This record gives sequence, structure tokens and C-alpha cells, in this order.
Amino acid sequence: MHIKQKRSDLLVMSLFTIIVLSMPVWLDPVGANYPDLLQKFVIFGIFAIGYNILFGLTGYLSFGHAIFLGVGSYAAVWSFKLLSMNAVPAVIFATLLAGVVAALVGYVSLRRSGIYFSILTLAFAQMFYNLAYSVLTPITNGETGLQLSLDDPRVIDRLVSSAGEGLPVPELFGISMSGYSGFYFCAVMLIMAFFLSLKIFNSPFGLKLKAIKSNQHRMKYTGYNTRPYLLSAFIISGMFAGLAGGLMAVTDPLAGAERMQWTASGEVVLMTILGGIGTLYGPLLGVGIIKYLENIFSAINEASLQSFFSFMPHWLNEMMVMLVSPFVGEGWQLTLGLMFMLIVIFLPGGITEGFQKIKTKLTTNQKIQQGDE
Amino acid sequence: MGDVVFTKKGEKVMSKHSKEQATISRRNLLKASAALATAPLFFTKGAYAKDFINNPGKSPTVTLGFNVPQTGAYADEGADELRAFKLAVKHLNGEGDGGLMNTMKPMNLTGNGILGKKVVYVTGDTQTKSDAARASAKRMIEKDGVIMFSGGSSSGVAIAVQSLAQEAGVIFMAGLTHSNDTTGKDKRRYGFRHFFNAKMTGSALGPVLKEEMGVNRNAYHLTSDYTWGWTQEASIKETTEDLGWKTTATVRTPVGAGDFSQFITPILNSGADTLILNHYGKDMINSLTQSVQFGLRDKVVNGKQFEIIVPLYSRLMAQGAGKNLQGILGTTNWDWQLQDAGSKAFVKSFGTEYGFPPSMAAHTCYVQTLLYANACENAATFYPPEVIKQLEGFKFDGMGNGKTEYRAEDHQCFKDVLVVRGKQNPSSQFDLLDIVKEVPRAQVEYDASIFGGHLGPYKV
Repeated sequence: MHIKQKRSDLLVMSLFTIIVLSMPVWLDPVGANYPDLLQKFVIFGIFAIGYNILFGLTGYLSFGHAIFLGVGSYAAVWSFKLLSMNAVPAVIFATLLAGVVAALVGYVSLRRSGIYFSILTLAFAQMFYNLAYSVLTPITNGETGLQLSLDDPRVIDRLVSSAGEGLPVPELFGISMSGYSGFYFCAVMLIMAFFLSLKIFNSPFGLKLKAIKSNQHRMKYTGYNTRPYLLSAFIISGMFAGLAGGLMAVTDPLAGAERMQWTASGEVVLMTILGGIGTLYGPLLGVGIIKYLENIFSAINEASLQSFFSFMPHWLNEMMVMLVSPFVGEGWQLTLGLMFMLIVIFLPGGITEGFQKIKTKLTTNQKIQQGDE
Repeated sequence: MGDVVFTKKGEKVMSKHSKEQATISRRNLLKASAALATAPLFFTKGAYAKDFINNPGKSPTVTLGFNVPQTGAYADEGADELRAFKLAVKHLNGEGDGGLMNTMKPMNLTGNGILGKKVVYVTGDTQTKSDAARASAKRMIEKDGVIMFSGGSSSGVAIAVQSLAQEAGVIFMAGLTHSNDTTGKDKRRYGFRHFFNAKMTGSALGPVLKEEMGVNRNAYHLTSDYTWGWTQEASIKETTEDLGWKTTATVRTPVGAGDFSQFITPILNSGADTLILNHYGKDMINSLTQSVQFGLRDKVVNGKQFEIIVPLYSRLMAQGAGKNLQGILGTTNWDWQLQDAGSKAFVKSFGTEYGFPPSMAAHTCYVQTLLYANACENAATFYPPEVIKQLEGFKFDGMGNGKTEYRAEDHQCFKDVLVVRGKQNPSSQFDLLDIVKEVPRAQVEYDASIFGGHLGPYKV
């Protein structure tokens, strides 16, 4: 049994690694193969995987996870400003600081469950957003966002070399973190995060979290104190979010308060539900869909629609453009909303449920056919 | 290490044009030039072309990116900017009536695209958020292969994408951005601004304020809480305090707040007799309307009529604010009622295309696009460092603002500034501003070094 588990883990991991690292190849035909979007896919992938550890396993719906994303970004940019342009300290600081903040937020919020927990996290999200936006302006630079500047101390870098003429870019021991190299760095982080998540899902700890989701009262009666487990899950998922935030700053050294807005927290909820709550790869599907819509769909304008439908006769072309244009360009959120509604109504388990339904249908069909023979 | 990045970028550019052969032929070219390394120099000179990101190379088209707010507090300006960009592209490609290409001088544009390549464009939504704007700009640079991008309406966004432009080595021609920081402490070699700034607004507005409101007032500031608001507040404060005014309070408000009543109530009992609204777009429409509803303009404080000043506003905002804006002083970069040949030509061609006159946001974006195209023609290449050198210190006329100069030290355009007032009896829905004074350029000029900042290198 144990060996079997290990073998299937190995299989999942190697498949996952191949899929992630070959993203530039298989995303090319759909027009999504450019570094910025690839980076977004993997970074939000980490965010969603982490979120799924809390929401998917324990069922605690947090509306405040953007806090940790933002905290991670700010920590990383400050690490670039004060210490070094190297990505490693930035990522470490981002993850640790997010963990500390998650411990604080989690300690308070987890005193309640259900809707009260969600509202508490939402309140924290709004509070942290306002802190970043106006109160802590010296640290966060408010709405303008925290950016690198030529006058930053960068003490560690200064020990090694003198300041260059232009603004430095984040690097990993000499490899620039913009473009494809940045993507591969984030991809490696995603694979590690996925591995950790897989281990948690299959561990006794993960089992306890699932038990909390199915019936917390019963678990308490059996003598378990659930709070420490919940808090650990909260902190772990917060640290995943911090890592994602840090990576956002690594690939693009700028941190803005809007990253912490509650809508950003809502987005990760959407991603998780869209893909499939509590499944390992569901949230990643959700990330892919939402980020693709946001970046590709939102850029389609009427001119590109006209050329897309240009094979049709003129009147049909006009009509198709008129019909489709509200759903693309600035209307991409409308498409997302419709899709979300359809999925929640017909596939409450997200897209992964859809896949499973297709799979069972296919296998039963096969069985029926076999029966016929 | 730089070499590796450079080659990577080169490959990326090639694959973007979806021509596998291009990569191969370039490789062959490299091989060939390596083989010819020992050959006389003039032999390789022809084969060597400066390679840079998104080089249009042999492609028959050149792509520009227009990154404007299509949603959020500045969406109205964004929509008008986009119209202007489309018009500029038309004119560059020799369609339409040519607009400002008939009046701009000196000019090398021929109506045959840029350097003989047809201009095509891609658009993006900044959502007035730095993150979204950078994501959209990155898409343009990395996927769509733009050689230049433009747009704006928020200085926060402009500054964020301007530093991206510098990192990527793609020129950014800023649209509407009024913060001192854009060409001040956050200026970049790859960023250019035609629009005026808060410092110039202050210098232009000062004398008019003195004349109309005297030297003995107490000002209360409501300020948009980001770079533009901060610098405008600072510049106006400096001007008014030089006149002898006192500043009662400066209050920061979030962008896109919608409801400003909680910020307006305290003004009533603050003892201030002047309200300065450092708001823009829909924020300004809301805060001004609510201030008027709260009866601020009917008040008499310290024996003086209460006054509201909106240091920067546009005809688009005047349309939104309606009669609340009547009689209110402010400044603007350009107005469609100007009577010089350039302004007339632009209003005519914009009006023919869309049926209404252009806003100042539209004007600055249109002009920026033409200026970039002209600089490429002057440089005879798209190679950014050469184009930048053409723009730096470029003097031109006939673009609606009189004699204008792109100052080389900070990439800020210097030109006359208009002091305007909301018209009392508008004759149409577009005839909303009275031009009080055209403040000559000499009066708004300042030393480029006062804000600090570094432009950075030509080559990235």
C-alpha cells in the first residue's frame, strides 16, 4: 500500500513537472506563450495551491488571502531595496513575513468558524489594504506603489560591486529574473509547492484537516483540539501566498496596494471554486482560465474580431462582431461571470468534477459495450 | 551575462513574428558573419544591423501599443485617448485628412506609415491600476511586439509603466499625466511627456489667483492620495503660500472614492474660505458636485465669498460636472476652442471622425504619437537610443500649443499653459470653458534639477 502510494506520487510529480516546464510549448498555439503571462500562471498557481490547503481541506473560506500576497510583495521589494537584487533573500523574507502576518490574522480569525470567520478575514483584508494604501505610506508608497530607485542602499550588492548606471533588475546569482528565466524560476517554485501540497494532502495532518471539514464537532468530541491544526493550515497557506507575492515582485519589482484589495482575495476564491475545491490540480485549472481570460480575452477589440470573422459574408460578420464584442475586451468579466454561474449551477465541484463525469460516462459506456458483447 | 539575455530577447522577438525561418536565417547570418570575421570590415558592415527588442526588421508593419484606462475613475479620458490614437494611426498611414500633419513643423512624416512601414496597433486596459497597467504593457511588449507604447490618465500608472519601459528598452510616450514626478524624481530615459505638470499649473495659476482672490485667504486641500495629488498639492501650496495665503488643512482622499461627503463636512467649520480640489476625472466630478450640494459656494467666510479651485481640469470633466463648474478656475493643457491653425486642424479632423470635439487628453495622445513617428523618421531608424536622441531637445510648432520644446534634461515639454474658467452661459454641451489667460512658456519654466531623479542609460 505504502509503496503503491509512493509510486503514484512519483508518477503525479513527474507528470506535473513535465506539464509545467513545457508550458511555453503547449500554450503557444492559444497565444498565451509570453513570459509575463506564463509567470502569472505559475505564480497564481502557487497562490491557489496554498489557498486550497486551507479552503479545500478545512472548508474555512478566507476572504483575506490577498493580505499575504501583498505582504510578500512588499517584503520582497524591500529586500531588493535594502539588501540585494538576488531573488533568494527576497523570496525567503516574503514567505517568512507572510507567515508571521498569517499567524496574527489566523490567531484572531480562527476563534470563529463559518461565515463569521469569512467576515473576520474580510475585515482584516480591508484593514490591511487601507494600511498599505494610506496609513503606512512611508513603507508602501500608497497608491503609486513601492518601486526600486537608484539611491537604494542594497548593502549586500554594494559589498560586491558598485552601482550601475540604470536601475538593477532582480537576478538569481547573475541570471536576470525577467522573461523566460523568471518563468522557469517560478515554475520550479510551483513544482516544489505542489509537491508540498501533495504531501500534505496525503499526510495524517491532511487527514485531520479533512476531518475538520467533514465534522469539526465530532472531531472535538474524540479529544482533538482542532485549533492548532487549523492555525497551522492557515499559516501554511499564508506562506504559500507570501511566496507567490514575493515571486510577483521578483519577476516585476513593484508592489502596489491594489494587490491586497479584497477583490484580489475574491479572485483566488473564484479560481479555486472554478477549478474544483479540495482537489490537487483543480485550483491550477481555475488560475489558468481566469488569467487567460484576463490577459488574452481582455485584449480582443472590435478590429481583431472583424478579422477573426472575416471569412463570413459581410452582414454575418457585422452581426457576429456585434454579438460577441460585449463578451470580449473590457467585457471579459462578463464572460467570466457567466462561466462561473454555469459551473456553480451545473458542476458544483468545479471543472475537475466535469472531467470526472466525462470519465465515468466513458467507462460506463465501455462497460455497457462490454456487456453487450 | 548581458549577452545571454540579449540573445534570449532576440530569439523571443523572432518567435513573436511567428517566423521560424527568421530564426534560422538569423542564425545563418550569425554563422556567416562569424566566418567572415577575418574579412575586411566593409564586408560585414552591411550584414550588421543593430538588434534591439521588437525590431520590426523586414516586417511590412510596425506595431504601437495604446494602454489606456477603459474602466475606473479615469475611463472617460481613456476612451477619448483611444479615439485620438486611432486617428493618429490613420493619419500616419495616409488615410483621412492628415490632421496635424498639415500644420506640424518641422516635420518629416509622409503619410506612408513610419519609415515606410504601415502602422498597426494593439490596445490594453490599465484599469487605472499599476499592476494591471504593467501586465497589459508587458503583454504588448512580450507578445504583441510593440516598438513604442503610449497612454495614461493616471500618473501612478504612468510612472509604473515608464520604469517598465526603461527596463524593457521600449519607448513610452506618456499620455495624460500631470504629476511632477513623471519627469521629476521618477523620470526615465525611455519616457517622454508632452503634457504639462503640477508645477507649471501652480506657476500659471498664481498671478490669476492673486488678481481675483487677493493675498489673504485660507485654503483647504482635498487631495487624491497618490503621486499626482501629492505633487499638485505641494505645487499649489507653494504658489498660494508665496501669495500670502494660509493653508488650513490638507486632507488625502482615496482614488475612486465615489462619496466624498465625509471629507467635505469638516470643511464647513474649518474656517477656510477656499477649497482646492486636487481631484481628477470622476473623482473631481463627484467631489465638486457634492461640495456644491453642501452649499460651500454660497457660504461667506471671514467676510469673503467661499471659492473653489480645481487646479487641473478638462472639458470632459466640465461636461460631467455640469453647471457646478461654472465660474471655477483651473488650468488645462489644451482646449478645442483655441484658434491657431494646429488646434483648428485637429478639431476639424477629430470632429469629422467622431462628431464631437476632442479633449485635452486626446490632444496630447495624438501629438505624442506623431512626435514619436516623426522622431523615427528623423533618426531613419526605430533603434530606441537614436529615436530618443531625436526627441531630446526637439523644438516644434503648429501642434496647438504654440512653440514647444522637449527639454533634454527631463523629457518634459515646455509650452504655454491655459488658465480657464467654467463658462457661465455655455452655448453648447461642448462650449464649457472660457480661456482666462494664455500664460507664456517663459513664466512656467523651472530648473530641471529641482526634483532630482536620474534619466538612466540610453542602452539597456
